[in-house]
Amino acid sequence: MQCPKCHAPMHTYNRNGVQIEQCSGCRGIFLDYGELEALTQLESQWAKPVPPAPPAAPQAYPAPPAPAWGAPHGGGHGGGHYGGHGGHHRHKSFGHMLFSS
Amino acid sequence: MNLLTALTAQLTATAHPQPGGATCACANTPLADRPDATVVRHADTVAKAHAPDTDPAELTLRLATAARLPDVLLAPLTPTPAPLHHRLVTFWPYGAPVDPDDPDAAPWEAAATLLARLHRTPAPDHSLPPMRGPAKAAHAVHRLRTTLSAAPHPAAPPVLRAWRALPAWARAEAPMPGTPALCHGDLHLGQLVRHPTPDGPWRLIDVDDLGVGVPAWDLARPAAWYACGLLPPDEWTRFLTAYREAGGPAVPADGDPWPALDVPARALTVQTAARALTKALAADRPLDEVEQALVEACARMNPVPHQLTHGFPA
Repeated sequence: MQCPKCHAPMHTYNRNGVQIEQCSGCRGIFLDYGELEALTQLESQWAKPVPPAPPAAPQAYPAPPAPAWGAPHGGGHGGGHYGGHGGHHRHKSFGHMLFSS
Repeated sequence: MNLLTALTAQLTATAHPQPGGATCACANTPLADRPDATVVRHADTVAKAHAPDTDPAELTLRLATAARLPDVLLAPLTPTPAPLHHRLVTFWPYGAPVDPDDPDAAPWEAAATLLARLHRTPAPDHSLPPMRGPAKAAHAVHRLRTTLSAAPHPAAPPVLRAWRALPAWARAEAPMPGTPALCHGDLHLGQLVRHPTPDGPWRLIDVDDLGVGVPAWDLARPAAWYACGLLPPDEWTRFLTAYREAGGPAVPADGDPWPALDVPARALTVQTAARALTKALAADRPLDEVEQALVEACARMNPVPHQLTHGFPA
């Protein structure tokens, strides 16, 4: 079989029982239907057993005070669950609200 | 000739005052065309046609205040409004706004510092009208009620209940309490520009709601956004800290600011929810996640504690 990108011949390899084709030219990989899922499953099995997650670190800064009617910010969540933290994508509707009367 | 065309013609003449009416190649950019304001830019000049019910004497006083405080407010180009098509028109230098596509670059510190400076300014001797924040909230609720008379909505009762629970002053039904301060009256990120462009200092624009009143109102929109879980805590903290560091009098210098912020933040949450609901009803669409968060905040508001209705601000 020929690589669809660079047209160099592709070679078949067997990785943990999954057949994958790799291009001898650009090193690109071709997966048949279901092979990616098979690899993902293998990977998750390989990763087990995972160590238990460490307990949530205490917040570096306490959340600023909020009124009783405020949204439940949730411990460690840090609030802003609709707007997202700075640098993340804000909800479009809130982005508009920031500039509206 | 419609208002926008007439405004553009007058603006062009103001931007190029040379005799003979020489034509120019500058583009006219409409910046806003709403029922309450039409704003057009021509080169470095901006013309604003104010809301149809604007009082000329009050607008003149507000313009004079902006001219008097050029370190806080963008100064107008002309001291008095000009009539045009039954509207009042004012002229301003163009300033660069906050990029709406990059609200993470919001100048929270600059906004807070400008507000603190404004609030610390002694109110002028001549009677500046009240800050219009509560009147705008009342207007938003009135519009919602009008819309609801044709189309009821299940999200409306908690919003209207939260409104009724506010003290009379926050509903524009009584004079504002406390020591009056000079207030902007309608702070949001669209009310900041850099002048001169592109790197000049930030200034507040839009004097339509400027006046004397409870200064916490100017902090209450970011406060409401934070309380509703929309504004991240770090941005709220940056804003509040900068305001306190600049000596703003609306909140105590340290400790819990909410005794002072609570009533105005409730009012602005109700106002924003009412506007959102009115818009959603007009467009016959459901509330989005953000709008729903505002309605839920209204639902969580209990009647204002008795002590907050007396001697406010604490």
